[in-house]
Amino acid sequence: MTRALSLLAAGLALGSTPVLAAGPDLGAVQQSATNWPAIGMFLFFVLFTLGITYRAAKGSKSAADFYAAGGGISAGTNSLAIAGDYMSAASFLGISGLVYSSGFDGLIYSTGFLVGWPIVLFLIAERLRNLGKFTFADVASFRLDQTSIRIISATGTLVVVAFYLIAQMVGAGKLIQLLFGLPYLYAVVLVGALMIIYVAFGGMKATTWVQVIKACLLLGGASFMAGAVLYHYAFSPEKLFATAVQTHPKGDAIMAPGGLVSNPIDSLSLGVGLMFGTAGLPHILMRFFTVSDAQAARKSVFYATGLIGYFYILTFIIGFGGIAMLMSDPSYFKLGADGTTYDKIKDMLGGTNMVAVNLANAIGGPYFLGFISAVAFATILAVVAGLTLAGASAISHDLYAQVFARGRTTEKAEVNLSKASAVGIGIVAIVLGYIFENQNVAFMVGLAFSVAASCNFPVLAMSILWRGTTTWGALIGGLVGLVAAVTMVVLSDAVWVKTFGHPAALFPYANPALFSMPLAFVTIWAVSSIDRTRRANRERAAFDAQFVRSETGIGADGAHAH
Amino acid sequence: MSATQSAGPPASPHAQPLPGVVGTLDNPVSDPRLDRVSQNPIFQTLVRERNQYAWVLTGLMLVVYFGFIGLIAFDKALLATKLGGTASLGFYMGMFVIVFAFVLTGIYVARANTRFDRLSAELTRSLAK
Repeated sequence: MTRALSLLAAGLALGSTPVLAAGPDLGAVQQSATNWPAIGMFLFFVLFTLGITYRAAKGSKSAADFYAAGGGISAGTNSLAIAGDYMSAASFLGISGLVYSSGFDGLIYSTGFLVGWPIVLFLIAERLRNLGKFTFADVASFRLDQTSIRIISATGTLVVVAFYLIAQMVGAGKLIQLLFGLPYLYAVVLVGALMIIYVAFGGMKATTWVQVIKACLLLGGASFMAGAVLYHYAFSPEKLFATAVQTHPKGDAIMAPGGLVSNPIDSLSLGVGLMFGTAGLPHILMRFFTVSDAQAARKSVFYATGLIGYFYILTFIIGFGGIAMLMSDPSYFKLGADGTTYDKIKDMLGGTNMVAVNLANAIGGPYFLGFISAVAFATILAVVAGLTLAGASAISHDLYAQVFARGRTTEKAEVNLSKASAVGIGIVAIVLGYIFENQNVAFMVGLAFSVAASCNFPVLAMSILWRGTTTWGALIGGLVGLVAAVTMVVLSDAVWVKTFGHPAALFPYANPALFSMPLAFVTIWAVSSIDRTRRANRERAAFDAQFVRSETGIGADGAHAH
Repeated sequence: MSATQSAGPPASPHAQPLPGVVGTLDNPVSDPRLDRVSQNPIFQTLVRERNQYAWVLTGLMLVVYFGFIGLIAFDKALLATKLGGTASLGFYMGMFVIVFAFVLTGIYVARANTRFDRLSAELTRSLAK
């Protein structure tokens, strides 16, 4: 029966419009017959999180409640929430799928996603907590011009959020399509509606708890899967790898670096983007304002690094488990015209992003498939909620309160605007998710990281670490980094050729960060150095006060709890 | 940075000994009392030691990670080398990078929780005099 469901879903995923149109009725029949466990677990998660949202909404009164959960989150809870915010569906489904199709190459992403965390800890986390209040723009604009710096920070935030959201919405649409047999659009609308509710009503409190629950479910589910895979091979990674190498069409090549980064420059550029992008993700940076002080911020990064590293090791095992356990089983593939042959990579039901979901079925049957599907869905919800909150904060706290209203606004008006922004972002996300249905998930996340590394991170790092940084420098440098990263991606093969249909890419690499990030840093340095305005002198003089506070926390906002 | 946390409760005690050095978000005020902090030898030791520590660890992470990426980029054959079984050298190196990143954060936090927090507490006491 599960197989029938999977086949149906594959038909929906790959089929033509008439099949899609017929989807809901057929899907309803199939899902009631087979997948009540999945639906039940999913509904339970939704109801439970909505309950939390209701409680959070009643307890959220001030702006500090809305943006920073009152600032009273403990280091342990925050580390789970950081992990929940960061371990996206692109990581779970995308990387296990990448390992499935290319083996070793998946590790390039896994390590890249992780190694940004030590950098965040050593250079950013404690200073951020000491200087800021709700958004990283608070920190970047600490001694610089509010209007200019908040414009560039908010723009960087919104661009990152947009790219990241697209990837999440597409993942969500595909997943629910496979699980429930619902048309893609319904799924995307459902995710959009839920994230609006979490953020608009529950603010950071609800978002935090959704992320914590999701992190526990995801780590638990992935641990079980990886454990079951290892159990199947008598806890011998060697046996698992040997079976995988025998089964995979690429054979032994899956243990070596392959085609993902065929170009040396591109692999370095990918590395730069992933590493420093982590330090510029607005929804992650925002989490440091939910703890009471720098020490808690520090500890939460340490725990979160452990949780996230452990998770990436699990995705690697899950990907190899997929190779070893699924590739020989035709029931997980769309069969060719003769009914027996299939391409072990291209014909995977639901695409290679569904490896983890299909593997769950192979391991634990339809009940575990239902559980992992519900977990993957919860994963997406938690990440989009974090992103939406970061985007809404950039609009209300940075753009509206500081740029348009010039500080002449009330806390209540600001929070209300933030809630309205969450609704707006949700609607935009639904539209974007629909437009970008057929893009690769992991690739879109790469774009978000490149922009974060090329705009947000240079502006933030230079404003807190270098005395000489002036408003003009940060503004122009951030803008140059942002425009360079986006332009290079638009002119690259993925967009210029594959999306717009031009014959050849104008930018030869897939990842821009190796060029766009240094360009941003150099521009900030150069423009700041030649900036001889009176404001620039004042800003350099104000570095001392900022330095004392960033290093000691003296004068920092304490916990916001009432 | 840890000055605030040794105190615990939200109402940060530093606000009392140094009310003027607060500097709001919108307007970081310069204050003569700032000099008391920035010229305090404990502050200088804390900042020097911690920054050295942080930059050395950052450098280690960059070397290890970009060493790994550099090998992927320039010497794929080396990473494909087998170490006994099916798993390649590249696989072990990838796992090492993940574990190394976690261990580095642990090293920093251990140092910060002991040495840097103690210096911060000393700084707080010294400023309160």
